[in-house]
Amino acid sequence: MASGKKAAVTQPAAVGRSDGQLRVVGKAIRKVDATAKVTGATRFADDLFLPRMLYAKLLRSPHPHARITGIETSKAQALPGVKAVLTGRDLPIPFGILPVSQDEHALAIDKVRFVGDPVAGIAAASEEIATAALDLIDVRYESLRPITDAEDAITHPEPRIHDYGDGGNLHKLVNLEFGDVAEGFAEADLVREDLLFFEGSTHLPMEQHAAVADWSPLPDGKLTLWSSTQTPHYVHRALAKVLELAPAKIRVVATPNGGGFGGKSDPFSHEIVVAKLAMLTGRPVKITLTREEVFYCHRGRHPTLMWVKTGVKRDGAITAMHFKSLLDGGGYGSYGVASTYYTGALQTVTYDVPRYKFQGARAFTNKPPCGPKRGHGTPQPRFALEVHLDKIAEQLEMDPAELRLKHLVPPNSLTANWLKIGSMGLGECIRRVIDGSGWRQKFRKLPPGQGIGLACSSYITGAGLPIYWNPLPHSGVQLKCDRGGGVTVFCGSTEIGQGSDSILAVLVAEILGLDPFDVAVVTGDTDLTPVDLGSYSSRVTLMTGNACIQAAERARDAIASHAARQLEVPVARVAFADRRVFDLEDPTHGLAFADAVQLAEAAQGTIGTVGSYTPAPSPGRYRGAGVGPSPAYSYSACVALVDVDPASGIVRVPRVWIAHDVGRSINATTVMGQIEGSVYMGLGEALMEEMAYRGNRNVVHKIPSLLEYKSPTTLEMCDVVTYVVQDPDPNGPFGAKECGQGPLLPVPPAVANAVYDAVGVRVDEVPITPEKVFKALRRKEKGEPARYGPATFPEIAWPEPTRVPTPWEGGDGRAVEGGGRRATEAARRP
Amino acid sequence: MPDAKVKLAFELNSEPVEVAFAPHKTLLEVLREDLGLTGTKHGCELGECGTCTVLVDGKPVLSCLVLGLACAGHRVKTVEGMAGGGSLHPLQDAFAELGAAQCGYCTPAFLLAAEALLGETARPTRDEIKQALSGNLCRCTGYLKIYEAVELAAARLRGEDAKPAPESLYGVR
Ligand code: FES
Ligand code: FES
Repeated sequence: MASGKKAAVTQPAAVGRSDGQLRVVGKAIRKVDATAKVTGATRFADDLFLPRMLYAKLLRSPHPHARITGIETSKAQALPGVKAVLTGRDLPIPFGILPVSQDEHALAIDKVRFVGDPVAGIAAASEEIATAALDLIDVRYESLRPITDAEDAITHPEPRIHDYGDGGNLHKLVNLEFGDVAEGFAEADLVREDLLFFEGSTHLPMEQHAAVADWSPLPDGKLTLWSSTQTPHYVHRALAKVLELAPAKIRVVATPNGGGFGGKSDPFSHEIVVAKLAMLTGRPVKITLTREEVFYCHRGRHPTLMWVKTGVKRDGAITAMHFKSLLDGGGYGSYGVASTYYTGALQTVTYDVPRYKFQGARAFTNKPPCGPKRGHGTPQPRFALEVHLDKIAEQLEMDPAELRLKHLVPPNSLTANWLKIGSMGLGECIRRVIDGSGWRQKFRKLPPGQGIGLACSSYITGAGLPIYWNPLPHSGVQLKCDRGGGVTVFCGSTEIGQGSDSILAVLVAEILGLDPFDVAVVTGDTDLTPVDLGSYSSRVTLMTGNACIQAAERARDAIASHAARQLEVPVARVAFADRRVFDLEDPTHGLAFADAVQLAEAAQGTIGTVGSYTPAPSPGRYRGAGVGPSPAYSYSACVALVDVDPASGIVRVPRVWIAHDVGRSINATTVMGQIEGSVYMGLGEALMEEMAYRGNRNVVHKIPSLLEYKSPTTLEMCDVVTYVVQDPDPNGPFGAKECGQGPLLPVPPAVANAVYDAVGVRVDEVPITPEKVFKALRRKEKGEPARYGPATFPEIAWPEPTRVPTPWEGGDGRAVEGGGRRATEAARRP
Repeated sequence: MPDAKVKLAFELNSEPVEVAFAPHKTLLEVLREDLGLTGTKHGCELGECGTCTVLVDGKPVLSCLVLGLACAGHRVKTVEGMAGGGSLHPLQDAFAELGAAQCGYCTPAFLLAAEALLGETARPTRDEIKQALSGNLCRCTGYLKIYEAVELAAARLRGEDAKPAPESLYGVR
């Protein structure tokens, strides 16, 4: 395999000022906020109660698709205790997370696009009054034909849900070709096509979204919003735009999120509405969504239909791959354009794919908008690809583990679609789960009804590009040293339970030789902290980590220069550990960290530093190259063991073995938690989680409740055997890569492959519910194809492909002008 | 709607309290809104998620389904009553140590449900723990660290000098 050589990994603490031993990084460390969380002291957004606070409620559309012909609010206004009523006309400026899809209004103006679309907002003295006032608002609707799913959107370009996009009800069409796939298929010994479907699912954070707004009256004219958001910076921008306030007049505080998983990454209607209500009433206003409303906010996993065609040589080497995806986007853009690209971006980063074609389409439909859920756009294609490879391995009579191991993407290489791979620990991951699970003794050898399946995956460690174009850092950190020996670190990053606050404390502690609990962490506050883009795309450990290291190193250097003079040793010999600053060659010769800070402060003034991080530009320069690049890719391999009851079709998963290449573990405790939590969520998607809508034309969510939306309880959760693989990446802090999303990805395909091993039927669709297994088993009995899954991929009028020569075709990362075909003489992957 | 307030006396976290509130309020609302104890959370307010669990007379109860009035004369315990004498309860300590609280939103409820379990059995099996916690949803942890934390705390409460297993902190090496 791997021809590439390993690049050196920067170990900041090891440069001159330490013995090279990591004292904090990699240990199992209590999170800095753990005590607050176990005592109930953590203040989530709904835990905030301000004096004179009002309560807000939103009136939501009961129609999936309708024109608003009139709204009458006077009765609601007149209800005692109602302080303000808002409709769409009060907030006419559109917003949206992506610059290319500013298609949302805080309250619908002319049209509603899904059942649950907000139409009016009320602030009242109590939640009861606000709720009662909702009933007094009279909205007249004129129904439009709803678009129920992606295929319906293709066959029904009218009525259009939005008046922008790539025609009719298609929001986005992508057509990219890297190298000549036709040539690749011609060279193959076997060409296989498969169709798969991944049902939509939702994040289901235990905390319902909540926000509190406060307005400091003119002449201050300053708005403060506390919100359970993963992206305070983007909320800040959206508020400034819609409310027409100067950004300096808005403070957004991200309260600790009671779970996010991507569901709190968009600026939301309710945040803008409470802000406006606070401005109008001059009183603090709170909104807490009901659980039902959380289902309408959604932005979850796109239901995705996929077609994949791959050519392989007899030894499993891929000669070409063609992948098509059709995403059901729901009523608004959200992150959907990025999601569409993500369904085609990472197919190339695990196994060598020398020629690659991707066609992706996102449809608007009259359902709650889809967006980024853990793994954003990549669990669906990963499911398709890993099941498809399992079938290919069987046709080639190869062991699926062997097939994968033989054709791994080498480290430090470029892929056909111009993604730059750094460290690549997938081989090690596969070997760990194979050995640990006893794969060789079990695969195709277990008794009927029991099965074992393998799948692998990769995920980005932060998106290489910001959501809106700008040349600024993705993460900034400020650090201040207190003369008492404490350090405070300020960063815009957002704690959503993943442990990001602790990462800052651990890195500062490592570099300045402190205990993580000597470090105070201030995060997610646009007034107090430098911008960090937010807790999404698994970017925080790498990006804030690198920014934090830079700030800490600058503080260390300032302190070291003065300590060196005092200790009378060269500055390169000054080391930091155990709250001391000392001579590396004679550790007894030194001073307390607090004294060293005072020395430096006396000499040069307050010790405060900054650090920031911007990812290096990525080599891809074609249109669409912005999605997929990342400073580093994590890798995972998973083996799932299943028990299938052929009488009922019920699938149980007693155990999963998972190995994840995290580059370097910064805090072992959070790494384990993220891996196990990802396996849990992947298991839910594999077996039961689905956003389901009523089959009739009303497109009403079937089950907007925690009871009916099935998610794994303690009784369904499997045992997990975890292997933490550490293949440090030169771009990561101490080599670290992500671990919060990637380990979810291989779970659904591993379960699907295990079901096939157990009972010989393919369920090419998640969730793998009992009725699907049962139907596939009945088909098998009748001699029909032993499969449950989609049958066709609809015709789509794709645009001309953007043709991008691959690196081994001598390309430069740009598309060929005019989309013409470039000569591919001698175009072979080395 | 200005309901006439009712007054309720009960025992809260080992202390007698009196509180006045609108009679339709649930125990969850009384705790959070009228007593300022926001450690008790909610995920549905419909009895579906377990996030609002508190102990009433030592038994786990969904506070979103119980009227405040129904608690007159009873003993209520919330997460705020767990730590005593300036240190964490062994369950809280074990949850913190193992990362069994990620976002921490479900945590108060799990802690109290676990405390009730350990009150009944000092050495619960893994299956007993799963059963006892099966009414509580957690979206972050996959429950595994929660089981391990309950087992660790149980051992410590039995007086054993227990430590987390290395593979539960670092994975299988
Ligand atoms: S809040 Fe969900 S059960 Fe009470
Ligand atoms: S720790 Fe987040 S829901 Fe349990």
